[in-house]
Amino acid sequence: MYSKENMPIEKNAVPMRQQPATERIKNFDEVPLGYSRQEALKEASRCLQCVNKPCVGGCPVHIEIPSFIKALRDNDLQKAIDIIHANDSLPCVTGRVCPQEEQCQAVCAMKKFGEPISIGRLERFLADWDRENRKNKKDTPAAAVAAKNRSVAIVGSGPAGLTCAAELAKKGFSVRVFEGYHKPGGVLVYGIPEFRLPKAIVESEIDLLKGLGVDFTPDALIGRALTIEDLFKQGFSAVFIGAGAGLPNFMNIPGENLNGIYSANEFLTRVNLMKAYKFPEYDTPVKRGSFVAVIGGGNVAMDSARTALRLGAKHVYLIYRRSEKEMPAREEEVIRAREEGVDFRILTNPVRYAGDDRGAVTGVECLKMELGQPDSSGRRSPVAVKGSEFILDVDEVIVAIGNTPNPIIPRTTAGLKTGRHGEISTDESGRTNLPGVFAGGDIVTGAATVITAMGAGRTAALAIEKYLTEKGG
Amino acid sequence: MFKILASRELAPKVNLMQVYAPLVSGKAEAGQFVIVRAHEKGERIPLTIADFNRQDGSITLVFQAAGKTTSMLAAMKKGDRIPDLLGPQGNPTEIKNYGNAVVIGGGIGIAPVYPLARSLREQGNKVISIVGYRSKDHVFWEDKMSSVSDRLIVSTNDGSYGRKGLVTDTLQELISGGQKIDIVFAIGPAIMMKAVSGITVPLGIKTVVSLNSLMVCGMGMCGACRVEIGGKTRFTCMDGPDFDASLVNFDLLMKRLDTYKNEECSCHKPA
Repeated sequence: MYSKENMPIEKNAVPMRQQPATERIKNFDEVPLGYSRQEALKEASRCLQCVNKPCVGGCPVHIEIPSFIKALRDNDLQKAIDIIHANDSLPCVTGRVCPQEEQCQAVCAMKKFGEPISIGRLERFLADWDRENRKNKKDTPAAAVAAKNRSVAIVGSGPAGLTCAAELAKKGFSVRVFEGYHKPGGVLVYGIPEFRLPKAIVESEIDLLKGLGVDFTPDALIGRALTIEDLFKQGFSAVFIGAGAGLPNFMNIPGENLNGIYSANEFLTRVNLMKAYKFPEYDTPVKRGSFVAVIGGGNVAMDSARTALRLGAKHVYLIYRRSEKEMPAREEEVIRAREEGVDFRILTNPVRYAGDDRGAVTGVECLKMELGQPDSSGRRSPVAVKGSEFILDVDEVIVAIGNTPNPIIPRTTAGLKTGRHGEISTDESGRTNLPGVFAGGDIVTGAATVITAMGAGRTAALAIEKYLTEKGG
Repeated sequence: MFKILASRELAPKVNLMQVYAPLVSGKAEAGQFVIVRAHEKGERIPLTIADFNRQDGSITLVFQAAGKTTSMLAAMKKGDRIPDLLGPQGNPTEIKNYGNAVVIGGGIGIAPVYPLARSLREQGNKVISIVGYRSKDHVFWEDKMSSVSDRLIVSTNDGSYGRKGLVTDTLQELISGGQKIDIVFAIGPAIMMKAVSGITVPLGIKTVVSLNSLMVCGMGMCGACRVEIGGKTRFTCMDGPDFDASLVNFDLLMKRLDTYKNEECSCHKPA
């Protein structure tokens, strides 16, 4: 394979350096260490610069990937990051947590000849360069010009809300983001662990938004302190709801409320947002189990298992009822969890928890499963193997089997149309059935990825602009 | 940041704090709570709203200086600011004209009983209030309770003030004396609420308790506050804090309240 300049193209991607597994399970520092400039340039040189740009179509927010790679190759880093920023307000985040292997990189033309271009790693390199670069500049980015005299309320400060806020601020609208927690960022701060997404990075991305003129009101839960109706009364012309899929699911099996059994949301919130891994420097405690069972096979389950190891667990089981093929987690995360020593117990389903007289969990009884016919999700559904019960002795359990939309806003917003699982119903542009009310992210789709939520925030921002322009005034 | 308008000790380790929080006072109703974080490295703890004033935008919190957070709050003075305060959280108590309503408050639970009694009275109920303190030194808000009650019965554990004994003794005597009771509300330590239910539920008296589970988020996303109601898992912050006492698994509640008993900084004491 040769480039346009007739140079041979390297088939293999430039690997990213990372902390070795034996070291990293002793700390909460980031695992992959990022590309150096030299490595980034080398990787960028592999891009074929295809005319039909399949990668752009594979990206939920349609970043002009070949263009930013071209700018990077030309050593114009500022231009490269500007191209990314045009479509993606949080590249430091997406460069780390996007499942590129299922999106832009899945359709990369280089896959026909070798490994796809490491688009995510290049994005991360540029975003980190930009972040460092900004630190050295004294002046903050100029607030959006030609401010429009209309304000938009954003409910929730996760990926959907932050993206919608950024897009609207860039268009000159005045934007206020309401957050229930004391810190903005949503799942980026309470959910995704430090070792996958350092919180200082999220903070700097949020500072960038503040620089664009976005205001933040923490400690304000919309639906309780103020209703959606109140927001309009306060003078907001439109509202975007990005409140997330906040209600953790449990299996409703005997013993699930024993002490030491957490939802992944609670476990991760204690550790990430409340910094329980630094207890007692921080006041919030978390159980540090020696034998921990994590239930589930998604990214949140991997995050929980790897966090439990870092808190000092001797042994972490990951219990998943289907086979590894059906696991929804990113392959990269599964590999890292394995490297770190997580004990995968696939085709296994918990049926009951046992506890001691003080109400603390002591074990989980499981059944072996086998794969039957495909279910509605297209995945082969697990069927219990009769008589296969066995018990794992554990002193902590983390249930990571997904979330359903938080019901507070639907319950307190008269007439807001919702779906079967309590998700807010919208059209493809993010409009709800109520005029001026838009929604996007997990509260619409149910639990999904950061980038999907960002895509929804971006789409809704366009719809909000259109709505306010048509409304005039 | 939330400015403290007044701060004082009502009784040993029992503190009152009036805080400027117009977003909370604007919507607060009896039975709701706030989540407070006292400093940058602090925990999030739930505190019941003891009173609110929509005109001046303030809320009143009464809490026991029992753990790190509540002790820090107790040390804060007028003019200081609380970094974080979220509310009103939870569902308001269902207030209507039940007829003869008995409200029972134990210790720190007396504070949230006050707005409850007031609302019940406003709805035309005959309100009998039973309040219990540890000793004479611990008595607070007797005058306030008296102003919203048709009848107020005060007891102390050691008999140093009012009647000697527990609130359940008073309740038992009231029932034995033939007092007609249409509903009972009990707020206090889990053990007290369990004991009250032990008397009223077998007699078929409708009883509502306000559960004091541990919490982190207070808005439905973590499940730290899960309780068992009628054999089903419920979240105190989303489905409560008020529950029908006949359905509550009090033993589970008490065990879960002890989850972090061994951690040095057990700042989660019910308040």
